[in-house]
Amino acid sequence: MSGRVTFATAMRVLLQLRRDPRTLALLFAVPPVLIALFRYVFDGQPQTFDRIGGPLVGIFPFIMMFVITSIAMLRERTTGTLERLMTLPLAKADLLAGYALAFAAVAVVQASVTSAVAFGLLGLDVAGSVAAVIGLAVLNAILGMSLGLFVSAFARTEFQAVQFLPAFVFPQLLLCGLLVPRGRMAGALDWASTVMPLTWAFDGLDHAVRGGAAGIVLRDTAIVVGVTVVALALAASTLRRRTS
Amino acid sequence: MRSTIGVRIFAGIAAIDVRDLRVVRGAKVVLPGISLEVEQATVTGLLGPSGSGKSTLLRAIVGVQVVASGSIHVLGAPAGAASLRSRVGYVTQAPSVYADLTVRENLRYFARVLGAPAVSVDRALEAAGLEDEGDQIVGTLSGGQLSRASLASALLGEPELLVLDEPTVGLDPLLRRDLWRTFRRLAERGVTLLVSSHVMDEAEHCDRLLLLRAGGLLADDTPDALRRRTGCADLDAAFLKLVESTG
Repeated sequence: MSGRVTFATAMRVLLQLRRDPRTLALLFAVPPVLIALFRYVFDGQPQTFDRIGGPLVGIFPFIMMFVITSIAMLRERTTGTLERLMTLPLAKADLLAGYALAFAAVAVVQASVTSAVAFGLLGLDVAGSVAAVIGLAVLNAILGMSLGLFVSAFARTEFQAVQFLPAFVFPQLLLCGLLVPRGRMAGALDWASTVMPLTWAFDGLDHAVRGGAAGIVLRDTAIVVGVTVVALALAASTLRRRTS
Repeated sequence: MRSTIGVRIFAGIAAIDVRDLRVVRGAKVVLPGISLEVEQATVTGLLGPSGSGKSTLLRAIVGVQVVASGSIHVLGAPAGAASLRSRVGYVTQAPSVYADLTVRENLRYFARVLGAPAVSVDRALEAAGLEDEGDQIVGTLSGGQLSRASLASALLGEPELLVLDEPTVGLDPLLRRDLWRTFRRLAERGVTLLVSSHVMDEAEHCDRLLLLRAGGLLADDTPDALRRRTGCADLDAAFLKLVESTG
């Protein structure tokens, strides 16, 4: 692995994003708009918005990076650029770390914009630290990216890759505790949610938003980072220098 | 070891040495057991109808193809060895460049990956005849420019071996002539080129021809010797005669 190649890859991915202003606009505008939507959907129940608004700021990057990276990597596969890279002196880790670096940078901006709107304009009230929410948002973005990189190996077309969102992400959104506390779900679902990464991402955000419970936030962060590392290792195993 | 202006030449070693190579893709045996050698600092044409196994052979030589058995040595190292990654340039049939970046941005990225100096970007643009298209987004290039952008990426870092899969497809005659001149210039500097094509008139530009049919080697000869052997004036006819005589 080489810092030079990793950095060059990150810059290349960012340059590609910059060449696609519509995607960038969507990345930075959609989460704040959705947060605003939540705010007014729960107009009569401000306490509900206060409960889920904070964690949502940190969950959007997870969802969007999952979709974007799975399609970006699929494109690398289908256009042959991945095969070219695999014939060059580039370690698989360079490619993955390059993507992670680029999308982490995007996630910082996305989470900051969303936070500014949620906490500034919409009056979202949190007891905890906004900086912690942004920090967790970036980690969740990298988690979403790692899972996206991994599942992209199982898609042959962009149509399939897009379907991975409802297939992999929606169930996690439903079960993670964001909409209904896990304890109130059917027992089997509660059990299933414990093995889903987003559950721990949400749990960490939830505690960070409420303030205190630093130990739990740290534990959840460790789980998120651990799953990210495993997903990246799995993603690396799907990058083959030789194919049949 | 003698040295030319460009690339080191190692005495007594073939640039490519393929022995009893067998490649199976799915249920199909694409290469049943092919052996061949490619000399250093030459332009070798790999010719044959589509589906004859040309791309699979090239993929095996650059080390991106899973092979069933046999051995391939490239510049003295086993094909696909990490040490070869900066010494072998490979151009696939599909132009594998980023469509949303400019030509120069593509080249700059690949050059950084290779650790090649920044000037190599300009040199590659020039060699591929893309000096004026450097700042154009790849997605807006014409078909011929696109394949030359892909070729330019493979020229970065001055590889000792260039493996080119149908680099002249979709190019007009003028560009094709220019490209073959570029190949010749590179060979004179010591670079070995293995170029596939299904157009026989391109065979004329090669030092040596490998005629592939159904995964087997029909001929491995110079263009002149091939013509003499078959008694045909043009290589198209020579190829047909060889096909007929082997059944």
